[in-house]
Amino acid sequence: MKHLVIGLAASLMLTTAQAEPTATGDLGLVIERAKGSVLLVDQSDRAALARIEGLGDLSHASLVYSPDERFAYVFGRDGGLTKVDIVTRQIVNRVVQAGNAIGGAISDDGTLVAVSNYEPGGVRVFDADSLEMVADIPTDSKTIGLVDAPGRRFVFTMWDTGETWIADFAKGEPVITKIPDMGKNPYDALITANGRTYITGLFGEDGLTALDLWADIPEPIRVLPDYGRGQEEMPVYKMPHLEGWALTGREFVLPAVGHHEVLWIDADTLTETGRTQTHGQPVFAMARPDGRQVWVNFAHPLNDTIQVIDSVSKEIIHEFKPGPAVLHMEFTPRGHEVWISVRDANKVMVYDTQNFEKLREIDADSPSGIFFTARAHKTGL
Amino acid sequence: MAKLGRRTVAASSGGTQRPIVRRHSVPSVLLTTAVLVATSAFAADTLDPNALKRLVHQDCGSCHGLSLKGGLGPDLRSETLEHYDADVLTGVILDGIPDTAMPPWRPLISEEEAEWIARYLLEQEAQ
Repeated sequence: MKHLVIGLAASLMLTTAQAEPTATGDLGLVIERAKGSVLLVDQSDRAALARIEGLGDLSHASLVYSPDERFAYVFGRDGGLTKVDIVTRQIVNRVVQAGNAIGGAISDDGTLVAVSNYEPGGVRVFDADSLEMVADIPTDSKTIGLVDAPGRRFVFTMWDTGETWIADFAKGEPVITKIPDMGKNPYDALITANGRTYITGLFGEDGLTALDLWADIPEPIRVLPDYGRGQEEMPVYKMPHLEGWALTGREFVLPAVGHHEVLWIDADTLTETGRTQTHGQPVFAMARPDGRQVWVNFAHPLNDTIQVIDSVSKEIIHEFKPGPAVLHMEFTPRGHEVWISVRDANKVMVYDTQNFEKLREIDADSPSGIFFTARAHKTGL
Repeated sequence: MAKLGRRTVAASSGGTQRPIVRRHSVPSVLLTTAVLVATSAFAADTLDPNALKRLVHQDCGSCHGLSLKGGLGPDLRSETLEHYDADVLTGVILDGIPDTAMPPWRPLISEEEAEWIARYLLEQEAQ
C-alpha cells in the first residue's frame, strides 16, 4: 500500500511536471559520439536532463535548431538526418540521406534543412517539416563548409575541386552560382553573423579565401596567401574547424594549418594584424560572444589543453588541462560560462570565463559537439 | 627501447601518391617477417592494444570516421584495404602521403605500433 501511494504521488508529480510548458531557451544538446545518442542539458541548472538514443554513427556530428528552439536536426557521419523534439525528448523523424555526411545548415526562414555529403559528394536539401527531399545538388566532390546565408540561400565548398557554390532557394527551385578558384583543398568554412563574409580555410596551400556575399558577383579574395612562408610545416593530426565565432571586435581570429598559431585578420581589409603562437595545432579558435577572449583547443596529441587569448593584447592569459581529448567548447549566449566536452574523461565541464573556475562536471558518454538552443537565432550556426 | 632501422617504403617517398604494391611481393614478405620477429620480441612490454585501438578509432577516426568507413580520408575497412600489403600500410602510417591530408605518424608512434595498426586494419571483421 505504501508503495502504491508513493508510486501514485510520483506519477502525479510527473504528470504535473509534464503539464508545465517547457521553456527551451536555456537548453542544449551534447553529441555522444560513440553511443549514437544526444544528451539534453540545461544551461541554467548545469545539468543533464535526458538522453535521446538511436541516432546512428555520430562521429563528427553536428546539429542546427528550428527557429522556435523546439526541434534539433542532427547530422550524423553515416548520412543520417534525425529530427529530435527536445520538448517531448523524442526522435520525431529520421532519414538516411547519403552514405557519408559532414554537416548541415538550416535556411534563414527555418523551412529548409541542407546536408553536405562526402559520399555521394554534394548537398541535399530537405523540407524541415517532413524531411522529404526537395533538392539534390551533386557536386562531384567531397563537400564542406555548408552554411546558411540570408535570402534562403546556402553556401558550400568543394574539397576536391576548390569551388564554392551558392544555392539560392528564394524562388523555390534552386539557382546555383558557381565560384571557381577558391584555392586548393578547402577544408571548412564559416559565414559571419551578419551573413556578409564567407571564409574558407585551405589545407592544400597557405591562406584562406573570402567571398563578399553582398557583391553582385562575389569574387574570391585571397587572405594571408603566404602566412606559413619560411616556417617548417608541421603535421596536422586533425583538421581545424571554422565556426561563426571568429569575430573579436574588429578582427577575425582563425586557426593556422600546419603551424601552431592563430591568425588575426582585420575584418574590413582582410589583412593580417597579428599572430599568437599556441600550444599545438589549433582545432577551434572561438571568440567568447563579447569578443574579449578567444578559447583555443588543439589537435591530437596535444588535445588535453586549452589556451585562452586576450583579444586586445593577443597574448595568452590562461592555460589549463581540462582532461584527455578536449573536442569542443560552447559559450553560454552571453559568454559568462563555457561548456567543454572532454571525450576521454566522459565529462562535460563547465567553467566560469571570468575567473576560469570549474563550476560543474556533467557525465556524458564520449561527448563531442555541444549546441545550445540560442544558435537558432544566429546566421551560420 | 631500440627502434628498428628506418625503412624505405614506396608510398612514403616522392611527391605524389604512388600505386600501392600488391601483397606478397618477395621483399615485403621478408620485411614483414623481420618486423614480426622484432615485434614479438618487444611486444609484451611495449604495445598496448587497447590504446592503439582507441587511437585508430578516435584519432585516425577524425578523418577516416569512427567506424573507419571514411570521411575526408578514405575508407579503412578491411574489405577495402585487403589488396594492400601490411608493410605498405605501415609505411603510409609512419610517413604519411605527401600532398595529401595524411600526416606522418612517425613522430608519435613507434614502427612496431604502426605495424600493429596496419595488421589490425587488415584483420578487422567486415562490418
